[in-house]
Amino acid sequence: MKRILLNRLLQAILMMWSVGTLTFILVRLLPGDMAYKIAAGRYGDDAVSTAAANAVSAELGLDKPAFQQYLHWLWDLLSLDLGNSLVSGAPIIVELQNQLSFTLVLAGCAIVVAALIAFPLGMFCGVKADSGWDRASLTMSTFVRSQPVFCLGLLLIFLFAMELNWFPVAGYGGAPYAILPVLTLAISLAAVSSRVVRNSTRTAVNSAWFEFSRIKGLSSRRAFVRHALPNILLPALAFMGIQLIGLIEGVIMIESLFAWPGIGHGLSHAVFARDIPMLQGTALVMGFLFVLINALVDVSYYLLDPRQQEVQS
Amino acid sequence: MPSLPAVFSFRLIVIVFTTLLSLTACTPPRSPDKIVISGPFEPVSYDPASSGYIFSRMQVIETLVDVNDDGTLRPGLATGWQSNDDFSEWTFHLREGVKFHDGSTMNAEVVRKSLAVAFGKPVPFDASLVKDITIPDAHTVVFTLSQHYRPFPSLMSNYTMAILSPASFGKFNRMTALIGTGPYKITDFQPPHNISTIRFDDYWGRPGTIKEVEYITGHRSETRALMVKTGQADIVYNLDPAAVEMLKSDDSVSVFSELIPRTTLIKLNLDDPILADRSVRQALSLALDRTGIASGILRVPGIEANQLFGPGMGVWHMDDLPPPSQSLKQAKALLEQAGWQLANDGVRYRNGKSLEMNMITYANRPELIIIATAIQDQWSQAGVKLNVHMENSSAIPSGHTDGTLQTALMARNFANIPDPLGILLADFTSEQGGEWGPMNWQNPSLFSRIEQIGRETSEASLPAQARDVIRTINDDLPLIPVVYYMQHSAVSDRLQHFSFDPYERSFRIADLQIRSEP
Repeated sequence: MKRILLNRLLQAILMMWSVGTLTFILVRLLPGDMAYKIAAGRYGDDAVSTAAANAVSAELGLDKPAFQQYLHWLWDLLSLDLGNSLVSGAPIIVELQNQLSFTLVLAGCAIVVAALIAFPLGMFCGVKADSGWDRASLTMSTFVRSQPVFCLGLLLIFLFAMELNWFPVAGYGGAPYAILPVLTLAISLAAVSSRVVRNSTRTAVNSAWFEFSRIKGLSSRRAFVRHALPNILLPALAFMGIQLIGLIEGVIMIESLFAWPGIGHGLSHAVFARDIPMLQGTALVMGFLFVLINALVDVSYYLLDPRQQEVQS
Repeated sequence: MPSLPAVFSFRLIVIVFTTLLSLTACTPPRSPDKIVISGPFEPVSYDPASSGYIFSRMQVIETLVDVNDDGTLRPGLATGWQSNDDFSEWTFHLREGVKFHDGSTMNAEVVRKSLAVAFGKPVPFDASLVKDITIPDAHTVVFTLSQHYRPFPSLMSNYTMAILSPASFGKFNRMTALIGTGPYKITDFQPPHNISTIRFDDYWGRPGTIKEVEYITGHRSETRALMVKTGQADIVYNLDPAAVEMLKSDDSVSVFSELIPRTTLIKLNLDDPILADRSVRQALSLALDRTGIASGILRVPGIEANQLFGPGMGVWHMDDLPPPSQSLKQAKALLEQAGWQLANDGVRYRNGKSLEMNMITYANRPELIIIATAIQDQWSQAGVKLNVHMENSSAIPSGHTDGTLQTALMARNFANIPDPLGILLADFTSEQGGEWGPMNWQNPSLFSRIEQIGRETSEASLPAQARDVIRTINDDLPLIPVVYYMQHSAVSDRLQHFSFDPYERSFRIADLQIRSEP
């Protein structure tokens, strides 16, 4: 397991340098004068002007050669300083902590709720494969997945916020505010992961080893929990790991719809406003999360699957 | 087929979920002395230069000069002002007994310091206009200008000119807090999502009745509409036509629609060989179906623009101009007279060159791109090919400065400087024009007439002079007006005494009252 973690640490360091460098190059390749875009982000549409753009350029040293700015950024990164936002002037680390905590709450809760929906539903459909329930679940999954997540969010708002008046429509400031965005994301995720669980369950319960475990006298529950469950968990876990990464990147729409102050919203604004330190900081954190989640999936694989431990040893 | 373990029973799943949802069903109750406001505005920092517009609306900061609904000026933190004979020196008399939110008192030195910092940052006018600020006594501030400038007091109403306590500034005059003089003070600020304020009991004017006010950034119009519909917000601003339709059928919400001093205009580069020709500009204006845009896209009939400044801008709006009407026949005739002949591909050509243009517009005002594509279709009926490009708003000043802009569709805000004379003096007195105004337009006679108005000391001749200016601009069309701007807001019936500030300087929270529950 040490080797897994060491490999991932090296990957993380390489990733931080490459993601930061790539972001730096890509932002400079975007069309349009950066100083103007930053001025628009800072002062708003009505107040953006050449005078404001010139002031921004002078203040931020945007007229310096690109390699000088890059070396400056690299030095700051080595000293673990992510710089300040070009728009708000606040330290990136503070903005990221704030935004990331909101997104992680959203993504973490969504993945747990998605698992709570996907596993029971997927296992039920896997055991009852090709039944009416299974077909209904397939239809429902296809329907949910084919909707933009935005539509699903609006449907939930109509039902739970407007008709039933159970939860607030948007904003943040307590658990009730998180429920609708979490549920929207969770349902969208569960639509696919429930089918992965269903297929794994179907393969497991129809396998020769599962049949053997029943023949040797185990009860259906014991055979399921002892033999089928670990085999169902492995592919589902890998799939949900990938989903979680996609989820952190893809919450922009949900954060915008529910006015949730997360990193997706921050990232989209940083792109429009050419807030390079913010973009680099966000990309670094996301890249780091990617490596971290992969490491966690590897470790859980290692712990769940005895074959992995044999390979590693 | 193996039997399903009892733990995965479908019925159980349904029961667990229904119970969980019911347990967590908890929309926060409304507080009897707090209101929630939502709008699309995203405050990014304490700095009035960047986010002053929202802190002014939340009544946290105030300026020396305030603005009436008709654009005329009224005393704010200054009780009065006067100039010397040629408008090059302005004396402002400060209101006495004004306290900042930190308990300190406003005086001339504090005002001088606050404005000196503000002039060092981007402001919506030429900051070099103010040469010197002197303070003859503790309640008087004198501005010496680098030129004669008649509309100077209107500049002092801009949010960037807010008067702040010295404790707002840290090292290098960086903002560390926002300590203003308004009837509400900040208790919490989480940029760009949330501002919480509480009533300031030492306010110099009439204090508000509502104790706490929270502003939540609602990024989407749909979200804001649903927030007010479900009671999560009490006032929501900047609603789109679809949201307005939905809210009109709701008995617990009132919708307010007001014209504001903002006009959707087509900016034209008159250095362009196509657009230098006045008859082409007139043809482009005649080919516009403004009624279709107003009624079909914006769903507000009657906001078609026939001149630069909309109704409610005093002498600078001519009520007796005929309403704009589309005339494709006239447009085509004018283009033909200008030498642009229609070819088989539906596009006009002159000397082998097609009548093709680029138009840039920006995404932050979602209606602009729809209007731009409508214009694209309307102009194509006259044989004009238009390529629409979606950009960031900064593409307009940037394209103006480097000369690459050909046409642009923009929503020009005239509320920043409430006196239209200030806008005209800035944008309509040189060929250079204004970044959000005309571009490469040459009309030296009008330029000098506007400069003359800027020097005029008599108010009596202003109406006639204003008519002359507006008529000349309308005839020459350096900019093509499309529609005026109707702002929609919705208010919960829980509130009374709501009014909308057309200059969008204030949410007028201090005037509001929460109805007592029956």
